[in-house]
Amino acid sequence: MTLALKVDKLTKHFGGVRAVSDLCFEAQTGQTLGLIGPNGAGKTTVFNLISGVYPVDLGSVEIHGCDITHMPSGQRVRVGLARSFQNVRLMSHLTVLENLLVGQHVRAASISDLLIPYRLIPNHRWKREAREALAECGLEAYANEAVHALPYGVRKQVDLIRATLAGAKLLMLDEPAAGLNPTESNALRDHLRSLKKRGITILLVEHNMHFVSSICDQIIVLNFGEKIAEGSFHQVRQDAKVREAYLGQEGE
Amino acid sequence: MSGYMTGVLVALAFNVIAAYAVYLPLAAGQLNLGIAGFMAIGAYGAAFLTNELHWPIWAAVAFSGSLAGFCGILIGVPVLRTHGIYLALATFALGHVIAAIFLNLEVVGAAAGYPVSAYAPPMTIFICAAGVVALMVYISTTRFALYLTAIKNDPTVADLLGISVRSMQVSAFAIGAAVAGFGGALYAHHYNFIEAQHFDVALSVFTVLYVLFGGTQSVFGPLVGAIFFTIVPELLRSSEHWRYALFAIFIILFMAIRPQGLITADLFRWRRGDVK
Repeated sequence: MTLALKVDKLTKHFGGVRAVSDLCFEAQTGQTLGLIGPNGAGKTTVFNLISGVYPVDLGSVEIHGCDITHMPSGQRVRVGLARSFQNVRLMSHLTVLENLLVGQHVRAASISDLLIPYRLIPNHRWKREAREALAECGLEAYANEAVHALPYGVRKQVDLIRATLAGAKLLMLDEPAAGLNPTESNALRDHLRSLKKRGITILLVEHNMHFVSSICDQIIVLNFGEKIAEGSFHQVRQDAKVREAYLGQEGE
Repeated sequence: MSGYMTGVLVALAFNVIAAYAVYLPLAAGQLNLGIAGFMAIGAYGAAFLTNELHWPIWAAVAFSGSLAGFCGILIGVPVLRTHGIYLALATFALGHVIAAIFLNLEVVGAAAGYPVSAYAPPMTIFICAAGVVALMVYISTTRFALYLTAIKNDPTVADLLGISVRSMQVSAFAIGAAVAGFGGALYAHHYNFIEAQHFDVALSVFTVLYVLFGGTQSVFGPLVGAIFFTIVPELLRSSEHWRYALFAIFIILFMAIRPQGLITADLFRWRRGDVK
């Protein structure tokens, strides 16, 4: 196994508030890493720092040995980083298929790719690839639907497919199971397992502990921006600091 | 065809060209209120080349359109750092500044205006307008247009997916400027006289209105908007005193009821099932 992600002493302040402090962790290729913690623990901030939405104050982030700490956010997808958002952020004026075509951009970014009239070419390879990705998840019937009209669970899945079509080696998913019913949640779990088999590393923020325990190899627990525990799901659930963070101290 | 009808169709052709100059930046979420300034660059540039340097019309029009596009890049790089109302104000001021420059430029007649000797007949204007429509329809079938819509929807996600948001926005702005310059150059050679007041901010505002009315979700929106705003005032000409008031009331009501414009992407999906 090779190192897919290395986060070293990652620190971020917002004014006087220390949102993330000296955070260190690693993920091996093909591993599914869960990032959990109470609300306000800094999980989404860590995602935003790794993906470049926020600049890093201190520390470093490496993906497959490439230091991306100060790389512009738009270039990180080129080293294999893709992410989803807590609130699904698909392009609402586009169809499902068009959203997936946007996701392919990193692999179709030359001037000639930009100017090919792909809409006029029936079954163009980009459209075919996007349809196949939809078919794998049983969503091909939604290809030409405008995303704003779709059920929440379908939008979540489309968001995930778009991230994988970007050629992700490291996929960061912010609460992918939130708002899904049990059937959709199971389908998502199967989908993530299939991605894992393809060697894609997954970093997951999630509040649904049943989902986390069923999919994650390793868990990191954050509280007030600091790592308080790391290990398997069963190890961290026994940890006193974790219990305190979630349940509060005895006698409080 | 009567002279009146020809005049209306020529005005329509110019309005269509101007509408498409506004359309591309607007499709990327940029409200450009300085489009008349780029038309002025094209008009004065081409007129100078045919009058003083005796260039053929086609070369002068092509060069001036490109010049306006180049100015679009130079201006777009700093101006597109602003967003929303600030971008609208910056481009609004830009239109004023360009008009003021030509108003004081003696070499092209300054406030007295600038007669243009070479003439572009109506058929040339129609063919060029059709060419602009064809170009925009072509662009709408490419990834470039898809990315502009993506950027308008969510620039943060577009950036994270690797799309160079600034490059795309500047490109859309520059292509719009080039189309405006092209239209301005034709305008100068059809009407054979230009003055700075022809390219005032009202022209930019009306052109934006064509596009917003027709809708920015479909490439045919600007065409429909330009047709509507050219033809309907002519049809209402019999009610001379009230036509502008009636027209204005209609537009206000329409924009309140259907802010997305007349032609939307959903309309086309419903018609033909969209991308196959």
